[in-house]
Amino acid sequence: MSSQGSNVNGGGSPLIPSWVGSLIILVVFLGVWEGYVQLFNVSKLVLPPPSEVVVAWFGFLGSKSVWFHTGVTAWETFLGFVFASIFGVGLGFLLGKMPRLERMLNPFVIATQVIPKVALVPLFVVWFGFGITSKVVIASILAFFPILLNTVLGIKSVDTGHEEVMKSLNATRWQRLTQLDFPSSLPYILTGMEVGVVLSIIGAVVGEYLGGNSGLGNLAVKEMNSYNTTALFAVIMHLSILGFAFYAVVVGLRKYLISWHGSSN
Amino acid sequence: MRAAAADKSDKSISLKATEKEFGARGAGVQALTPTTIDIAGGGMTILLGPSGCGKTTMLRLIAGLETPTSGIIEVGGVNLWANGKRNSEALSHLGMVFQEANLFPWLNIEDNIALPLKLRGVKKAERLAKAHELCRLVGISGFERRMPRELSGGMRQRASIARALSYDPGILLMDEPFGALDAITRDTMNNELQRIWMETGKTVVLVTHSIGEAVFLADRIVLLSPRPGRVQEVIEVPFPRPRDQSVHHDPEFQRIVAYLRGKLDH
Repeated sequence: MSSQGSNVNGGGSPLIPSWVGSLIILVVFLGVWEGYVQLFNVSKLVLPPPSEVVVAWFGFLGSKSVWFHTGVTAWETFLGFVFASIFGVGLGFLLGKMPRLERMLNPFVIATQVIPKVALVPLFVVWFGFGITSKVVIASILAFFPILLNTVLGIKSVDTGHEEVMKSLNATRWQRLTQLDFPSSLPYILTGMEVGVVLSIIGAVVGEYLGGNSGLGNLAVKEMNSYNTTALFAVIMHLSILGFAFYAVVVGLRKYLISWHGSSN
Repeated sequence: MRAAAADKSDKSISLKATEKEFGARGAGVQALTPTTIDIAGGGMTILLGPSGCGKTTMLRLIAGLETPTSGIIEVGGVNLWANGKRNSEALSHLGMVFQEANLFPWLNIEDNIALPLKLRGVKKAERLAKAHELCRLVGISGFERRMPRELSGGMRQRASIARALSYDPGILLMDEPFGALDAITRDTMNNELQRIWMETGKTVVLVTHSIGEAVFLADRIVLLSPRPGRVQEVIEVPFPRPRDQSVHHDPEFQRIVAYLRGKLDH
């Protein structure tokens, strides 16, 4: 019944599931890349073939120092993301519930958003040093805005019919917040977090590029400086996998927390 | 049982020169001119009129969802607005059903029905027992664990009636509760509402713009007219209970319908 249903809805042919399609696209992409490099004899310094990148990446898996750098980057990303979530959701609730305050602060929110924050990274290194703190600050600032804006949007999107139900039930402010506003805006918050978690990885890596001597960003810079392009690509691949893992956790959170919502199907 | 034992004054509503004006005082729109009316406990009162006649405003004033511009509203003998704040004892006499079921999509049916009890701090086992009892009353047993989106419009509205009844208010206020349903479901829901009302002995105040629905359900029809919104006439409907849909063919029923139509047309 259900397989027939999906056929009727045109949600993709049941003969080829969508993940198989994705896999085919990936294989074709890598094949073209490999073929191009081999056929035209491209210098490994410019573009290494994917086969060698994968081999280099497997070499990473046995390297203690790579795991150390991975741990550093993951920890910075995690901390930055957690701080961004706490402050983004907290301030988002405040602004969403207080439209006057939101209007007052709106120019500043836009201004801080428009500033190319990556340009401020050297400043953060000066302020917070070469250690982990500056990276965590950058990661959380980058992730903060999408979480903030989506939370505000979520609070503003609470259904007026639902609000009237709570009003007719004489609910307290706290009850409205916990029983209506929070669950109702959770899909929005999680959307912000999906965007935010990716940005916090970028923040951590950019921070590592510019200061300090640990983390995958720092490793990438080292490989580039020694003209080891293959290893650089392997670092990028490693970072992508780390990013995927973080992203998957947040998406999993969505499926678990808001299975009632249309977006989690 | 508790409903039957309760004092009838717990279920009465009284408006004293209650007025509602939207916008600036004197320059705004008069949604309801000063209105004085008593609604006795236990009856089925229908507020009927064309759009803009103030019927919904009147219901929302009683529900405490609108602040009266002037006048007094008493619910169950308690002043609804004492010292400019809504009186929680008065509100506890009221259950509100909206045109949309307004169930929370993240809660299943039993948790939706039990929500008012949760807000009142009732223990989980107790409030779920009450939710199950109400599911039987409104005819949605077996759907307790379903999510709202899995139910039809009529069943969602049954759940929202159960939610309004969960804390056993004496008065049930309904704002065009079946207006969003198809005609067949609507007839069924009117039969069901009559049955629930007869079983529980609540005071029901229901807003509609359907003359047929009004005459079928009502003990008393409060006819309102627009610009400015005011009570035009109060009509008693004396048919015996329980009524079924065949009452529509009764000559006396048709006479009342024709009379109301005449009143609404000019």
